[in-house]
Amino acid sequence: MANGLKKLARSQLVVPLLALFLLIVFNLIRDVGFFSITLTTNNDGNTVLSGNIISILNGASELVILAIGMTLVTASSRGQDISVGAAAAIAGSIFVSVLRANQITIPIILVAFLASCIVAILFGVFNGTLVAAFKIQPMIATLILFSAGRSIAYWINGGATPTVSSPLLVNIGSFIPGIPIPTPIIIIIVCGVLIWLVLRFTNLGLYTQAVGINERSARLNGINAAWIKLLSFMILGICVAIAGCIKVCRIGLINHETLLLDVEMDAILAVAIGGNSLGGGKFSLIGSVIGAYIIQALTVTLYAMKVPSTAVKAYKAIVIIAIVILSSPIVKEYALQLRDQLIKKPTKITEN
Amino acid sequence: MQNDIVLTMRNICKAFPGVRALQNVDFTLRKGEIHALMGENGAGKSTLIKVLTGVFPKDSGQIHIAGINKDITVKSPQEAQNLGISTVYQEISLCPNLTVAENIFIGRGNYRFVNWRSMVKKTTEILAKLNIPARATQQLDTCSLAVQQMVAIARSVDMDCKVLILDEPTSSLDEHEVAKLFSLMRELKSRGVGIIFITHFLEQAYEICDRITVLRNGEFEGEYEVKDLPRVQLISKMLGKELDDISTLQNRKAFQAEADDKPVYEAFGLSSAEGTKAFDFKINKGEVNGFTGLLGSGRSESVRAIFGADKITGGRVRVNGKNVKIKKAKDAMMHGIGYLPEDRKQDGIVEDLSVRENIILALQVIKGFFRPFSKTEAEAFADKYIKLLGIKTASTDTPIKQLSGGNQQKAILARWLLTNPEYLILDEPTRGIDVGTKVEIQKLVLKLAEQGVSVTFISSEIEEMLRTCSRLIVMRDRNIVGELRDEDMTQAKIMHTIAGGAAQNG
Repeated sequence: MANGLKKLARSQLVVPLLALFLLIVFNLIRDVGFFSITLTTNNDGNTVLSGNIISILNGASELVILAIGMTLVTASSRGQDISVGAAAAIAGSIFVSVLRANQITIPIILVAFLASCIVAILFGVFNGTLVAAFKIQPMIATLILFSAGRSIAYWINGGATPTVSSPLLVNIGSFIPGIPIPTPIIIIIVCGVLIWLVLRFTNLGLYTQAVGINERSARLNGINAAWIKLLSFMILGICVAIAGCIKVCRIGLINHETLLLDVEMDAILAVAIGGNSLGGGKFSLIGSVIGAYIIQALTVTLYAMKVPSTAVKAYKAIVIIAIVILSSPIVKEYALQLRDQLIKKPTKITEN
Repeated sequence: MQNDIVLTMRNICKAFPGVRALQNVDFTLRKGEIHALMGENGAGKSTLIKVLTGVFPKDSGQIHIAGINKDITVKSPQEAQNLGISTVYQEISLCPNLTVAENIFIGRGNYRFVNWRSMVKKTTEILAKLNIPARATQQLDTCSLAVQQMVAIARSVDMDCKVLILDEPTSSLDEHEVAKLFSLMRELKSRGVGIIFITHFLEQAYEICDRITVLRNGEFEGEYEVKDLPRVQLISKMLGKELDDISTLQNRKAFQAEADDKPVYEAFGLSSAEGTKAFDFKINKGEVNGFTGLLGSGRSESVRAIFGADKITGGRVRVNGKNVKIKKAKDAMMHGIGYLPEDRKQDGIVEDLSVRENIILALQVIKGFFRPFSKTEAEAFADKYIKLLGIKTASTDTPIKQLSGGNQQKAILARWLLTNPEYLILDEPTRGIDVGTKVEIQKLVLKLAEQGVSVTFISSEIEEMLRTCSRLIVMRDRNIVGELRDEDMTQAKIMHTIAGGAAQNG
């Protein structure tokens, strides 16, 4: 038990967990009922769970899935993909255009999702090729799609913001009748299990970290570094498609200008808050997921405090500065020194 | 005679924590002389230069420079430059995105305004004077490496230098470019500039230098006129072995007996993009061979070509008599070849990963992407080799970067032993590790050979190779220049072969 605690104290998850904990305590002090969950009946007549926790978990879904993909890209390529928002707009547009061309049924939704997945993976391959084969810095390479992505989505939509409406899509975007948990949360759980299985039954984790830490050494151990980088961008492509489709289902239309706008910055932030180095190498997916929930919890808290929506970003920035500084190496070193002083004080005195 | 001397350094000492980098080193440079500074790695060449140019302060000793009537202490590279000492490093420290003229004039003088026209005019004059084939307005990175090197030299020379230090300027140049650089050096020599030339290439030193100063282990070994110092003598000075004292070491076993006609690996005309000339090579089952030669002779590049570590540009390869293609490391690994790289930090360890992950990495890659070892299996492998090789680590979970150099090396060795290779290449496995571990590794190599593993063993220490290898391939200037076995394997013979046919008088 003590050993486990020690391990935790050294792990990169300390700061994100601490931040999440403080956020919860802060909210409890502010409003004891903040985290209460109630069963209510929604407009469609379903009995559903509601409350701030549910809205945090639900609202963070897209961000969580993007943060997972972003973590892998960061780890392998030592840089970030800033085109995920734009790519999600493209994926969402493909999803909508396939749906609008057909009678919306469950198989058609699946086909539409697959189509958007393929397109998003292709854009992942584009980014990944620039990074892995042409050795362009990830942020520069993805800047291309970042600028062009939403225009491409505009062409796909023919310049309009087409809507799709079907009870099936509402089921995906909010609740399935009879299940009180929001569907996006269920999708995230399924994705989480899938990614866990991938990491458990392949060497994706080991190879990605080896490539990110020491590419030359990884190559001399027979790892195809370029392919691993490309793969991480393709996986991020799948994540982008999932996020884009969830968002479209939530709002029932595709607006290429605003869909998941600025989400790339939040996704990168989630990776960083999770204690992962943006310089690549070792990573913790759990950390990034916690990071994503922290960001969403912060947003919900600020809205609950009636902070005007335009001011939310500024308040968010303040909290994020605190978290990032807390997890900086300087502060960590200082904390370690402080701990050593506290623990070793008696021995030091005898030495003197 | 005294008037000819531009620089003298006497009894220079410099210590770093735990190391005596320089002990009572003397150095004298005359006007219009090209003076080679030679020695193996760690001999103190760079430290001496850094003391001279003010990068490190010296602990004791005197530096005297012509025209100043007292001993000087150089405090910074800037001051060295003001005193007329200029250095051109191996890596060109110019700005590739500026023009030649800008590079020559950047950071000089205290002007706020630049007269572009006069700058270009002056540069053109300098370039013409020194016969440098470049235009003043040309962007630097459009010039070849040799020309960039020359521009760096022109910049130094134009700053009115008396002493020009060239730190391995030729290591990234081809023969043609080297010739160009040499003609520039001769030109400067005729103008009376004293040049200190640091190089690992023997032939180049003999081609262009007047004198050679040899350092070994931070000590002054001697200063010689080139014509009085045969190559063999030079090598023996660098390695610190008097030829007469060298006796043949006898404790090699004759592995060849049963291993004559079963080549495990054969290469024909193999060459790589890293500058090895096409070479033939074969190794038999259970044989230990070595590649020897001075630094930069191409021994590491050759074994890297065997493993497919660099881009292969030509040649055929046979493993166990079958034609195979080895284009990348994975191919070599699938054919049972292992490679412990020379540069442990850059090419060997994966710093942040645990000792366990580092040990299983190669075998894991061979096993495949979709078949990861369970944690228990990995733990068992790691434990086995940690015990077998006596790797000192807190746990298998410890990041490998926290281990000492020797233990890191053992972990990388464990990585390749775990793959159960048929042919294991060890490039400098004993560099920078303590004596005890060195002996352990040598013993291990011999034991592997007894078990039928073929080993290529490279070491800077010739004794070590004599003790372990039954055949030595000698390289000079990226070419194989000889192959020694049995009674030919003596230090004297090795040195003769390294020095080349021109040096039989030693």
